[in-house]
Amino acid sequence: MFKKVLVANRGEIALRIIRACRELGVQSVAVYSEADVDSMHVQLADDAICIGPAPSRESYLKADRIISAAEIANVEAIHPGYGFLSENAQFAEICESCKIKFIGPSAEVITRMGDKNEARATATKYKVPITPGSEGTVATVKEARKIAAEIGYPVMIKASAGGGGKGMRPCFNEANLETSFHNARTEADRNFGNDAVYIEKLILNPHHIEFQVVADSHGNVVQLGERDCSLQRRNQKIIEEAPSPLLNANKRLRKRMAEASVKLTKEIGYENCGTIEYLVDESGNFYFMEMNTRIQVEHPITEENHGCDLIKEQIRIAAGEKLSEHVLNSTPRHHSIECRINAEDPYNNFTPSPGKIDFWFQPGGRGIRVDTHVYSGYEVPPHYDSMIAKLIVSGATREIAISRTQRALNEFLIKGIKTTIPFQDAIIKSSDFRSGDYNIGWVEAFLNDLK
Amino acid sequence: MAVTRRNHKPDEDENPDPGLDISKIKDCIKLMDEHELTGFELEQQGFKVKLKRGGVAAPALPPAAPADTAQEPAAEAITAETTEEITAPMVGTFYKASSPDSDAFVKVGDAVDEDTTVCIIEAMKVMNEIKAEKSGVIQRILIDDASSVQFGQGLFIIA
Repeated sequence: MFKKVLVANRGEIALRIIRACRELGVQSVAVYSEADVDSMHVQLADDAICIGPAPSRESYLKADRIISAAEIANVEAIHPGYGFLSENAQFAEICESCKIKFIGPSAEVITRMGDKNEARATATKYKVPITPGSEGTVATVKEARKIAAEIGYPVMIKASAGGGGKGMRPCFNEANLETSFHNARTEADRNFGNDAVYIEKLILNPHHIEFQVVADSHGNVVQLGERDCSLQRRNQKIIEEAPSPLLNANKRLRKRMAEASVKLTKEIGYENCGTIEYLVDESGNFYFMEMNTRIQVEHPITEENHGCDLIKEQIRIAAGEKLSEHVLNSTPRHHSIECRINAEDPYNNFTPSPGKIDFWFQPGGRGIRVDTHVYSGYEVPPHYDSMIAKLIVSGATREIAISRTQRALNEFLIKGIKTTIPFQDAIIKSSDFRSGDYNIGWVEAFLNDLK
Repeated sequence: MAVTRRNHKPDEDENPDPGLDISKIKDCIKLMDEHELTGFELEQQGFKVKLKRGGVAAPALPPAAPADTAQEPAAEAITAETTEEITAPMVGTFYKASSPDSDAFVKVGDAVDEDTTVCIIEAMKVMNEIKAEKSGVIQRILIDDASSVQFGQGLFIIA
């Protein structure tokens, strides 16, 4: 087991990783920007090193400073969390060449699955169905027009190097193709420094269902079930649940998707935790979308259902240990729901609401878990992602989990800033959510109805 | 309205000054406006404030006990105006000279300008020469040779 691990992230996930380190008897080193000096992850780590001013590109995205910090602190491994450098193959490579273990898959696998377009080709190779689409990247409008006509509208133009919902443009007819094509490329270039795009069929009103996979270096590969992440606003997930109500009604589909996930993970030589994202259409067809070669924000709902700690497993796998017995032999029970609490004003077009939290009271009691780095008196900085907490609720059945989530959201007191709590409360109360009758377009439709 | 306010030093976390919260005083003023009060007096551990509409109120009495700390900010104010800090622009290991046998780049009393190399910070096996980027005379060296530095850490005081 490692003696010391550096946490190359911030906020709730940095604290999450530090907690896992502590339980494993591993020393943790936090890195932080000047804006995060009062963050709880900095206070609770065994050691902390300032790596730059507030902007992420001057701090959390500065691979050289993170590696320098790793060297002066003499760590053996780096956990990249999610976002930032977690799927940056170059960073993983630098770690490898500096003899620091990158907690995740190899740089080679990250490259292979990180390029969304190449990942589709890999999925096809291993007989995982993909949405009909261009065979590679599409360089010109002329080519785009031809391919879109072949696939049939509507289509989605997507950044090859993309993620987080950015660099994508839907296109419903040929008249809008040229504009959508150019806009997608521009956004891709701005967000990822790479304007390469590919085109795939836009599946209308699908469910976004992802499978958690874990693989160690001893040949063990398991899948830990699915998470339904269809409730999204502008391609950002806001509520996730496990298991998916859609797959609860179609167990054969679940089995097929689970098997495809394990097969793909094994064939590409994947190691550590990963998530394979699929779209499932109204006819029960599933399509590979992409693979995230890192831990995901919503990993806790899988943990609660399977009784495991995925971050600890990540560290253990990286240290060369075998997957825990309780992970290899787990059977899920319970139903879990996660709400991402963001510092945004849902009554004002979700405008970010940074600032001082005067009073914080988080829900508790049976089946409640709150993953957060925030506390009373904390000042939410304006420079980063607006997520300030994850509320994870578990219950023996989906109905219990839903009523418990409602109870928890109504106990959650956050004074001083605006949060998305009232919005998530409204969704949980809706009859569509209760009947499990929602898809990727549902939240936008819900918001339009409220206007 | 006259209220004395002491400089709040950022690392005084253990014993934050309980009395002088400007936002609380602003709240008092707001309350006065809302209820059309002409006078308001508040006494709390550590401070006393008296607000009077339309005239000059009695100045608040600074508490007798921390008399010595009241002097420190004044002393600091004088030095703050004239000294500056050269801080680390990167993370790494600080070296005062280009090699163990060489003389230090600078010592206390040396004059430097923007382009003077003041130290080396080693990061990822690369020796980076750090320039002063300020001019003045080195007053103090804040860090030991071969110790780790983080971003923004103070290296030298110059005046």
